[in-house]
Amino acid sequence: MSSESSGVDSESPQKRINVGRRVFLGVTVLGALGVAFGNSAQNVLGSVFGSGIAGLLPGGDRFRIYSITGSYPKISRKRYRLEVSGLVDRPTTFTMDDLEAMPKTSFTKTFQCVTGWRVPDVQWEGVQLADILKHVGVQPGAVAVSFDSYDHSDTESLTLDQAHLPDVIVAYSMLGAPVTTEHGGPVRLYVAPMFGYKSLKWLSGIRVVDRVEPGFWEQNGYPTNGWLDGTTGPTNPDPGLT
Amino acid sequence: MSITDAPAKTLRLLRFNRVQRAAHWANATLFFILIFTAIPLYFGSFFGVVLPRHLIEQIHLWTGLSLALPVIISLVGPWGEAMRQDVRRINFWTRDELEWLRTAGKSPLDADKFNPGQKLNAIFVGASIPVMLVTGSMLQWFRFFPVSIRSGATFVHDIFAWLIFIVVVGHIIMALTHREALRSIFGGRVTESWAKRHAGRWLKEQRQRELTIEGVPKT
Repeated sequence: MSSESSGVDSESPQKRINVGRRVFLGVTVLGALGVAFGNSAQNVLGSVFGSGIAGLLPGGDRFRIYSITGSYPKISRKRYRLEVSGLVDRPTTFTMDDLEAMPKTSFTKTFQCVTGWRVPDVQWEGVQLADILKHVGVQPGAVAVSFDSYDHSDTESLTLDQAHLPDVIVAYSMLGAPVTTEHGGPVRLYVAPMFGYKSLKWLSGIRVVDRVEPGFWEQNGYPTNGWLDGTTGPTNPDPGLT
Repeated sequence: MSITDAPAKTLRLLRFNRVQRAAHWANATLFFILIFTAIPLYFGSFFGVVLPRHLIEQIHLWTGLSLALPVIISLVGPWGEAMRQDVRRINFWTRDELEWLRTAGKSPLDADKFNPGQKLNAIFVGASIPVMLVTGSMLQWFRFFPVSIRSGATFVHDIFAWLIFIVVVGHIIMALTHREALRSIFGGRVTESWAKRHAGRWLKEQRQRELTIEGVPKT
């Protein structure tokens, strides 16, 4: 590509310009700049246009829907049950009505996937996990909480301390509406201070246990403690981030 | 019979040899698999309809990793001379070609084997392959990169995916509306009358070469 003696048409009266190299370099440099500054560019786009419009642009603010099993478990609001068991004083099965009758927590947070995509300004609403644990009564000897999904494949875990963080919720509303099936509805976990894989979808059960049981993604190589700042210790050294 | 009065309707001129045709179709197949697997990965709601997401992801990953192979293999070996020559043609432009592109095809042009639009298409697709390969690898092996870089790689991978999709659709539309050019990517050859209309400079070159190198025209 660098050779000027093209050999194709050496007797041509016209001088040849290596457009190929220039365009090739231009495109790859643009790509590199995008990798380096795309994150900030998206932030600017998001703040100028609002996340709604930025979501329509390619690259920005779009949920990538993951599921382990390849299909979504469909559970109606009416048939939904959340079973809380394990080292608790009062094992309880919650219905949707039960959950909605509990103290409500709502906030707006960025949903950040460990692979890089994120959706800013997502509205969340639900019950603090801490309230549910208080309701059932955690027994002495309990160390961690394990979560099960209606997809019968995904599992997750949090230490008891993590489970009591104020922005760890059992969510029934997301993006200003009931959580849709593809987002893990009718009820999902939302662990705001950690990467998205910790926020298990189609939450079916909460078990209070005596040790941390690494969940599906952790068994597949992801850190058990996936704090958004990239640290992986049991406690977040920079709680201000949440 | 002299070369100049060979019947204009005969498919006489070799535009793409076997290696180039094989490389094109291998490349096209990989691009199609990538586009079709990208759709459910990008628009989450489609997935699960045909294959589980994990499987789609694996197909997309391995197809992506092998995307550069047809181009590289067809270029490197002793079989790659025609391919290498076409890469040089595509890279080196005359002032007329630049002008033709600037005026969107209105300025006069004694066209090369490929017109400036085709050349630009080839360069862009060629440059996109390493961009997609690098950003895609960053998404797959994200642990080695800080989160803001992962986000940047996602951003670039998405935008280039859209650009490539648009370019590929344009390429297909052009192919379907230019039947004789299309036929040459299957059979390899074009007629002289086609070359006269679409690749005048190349036709002259070919004639010159046949006269000087082979002495006698092929029939």
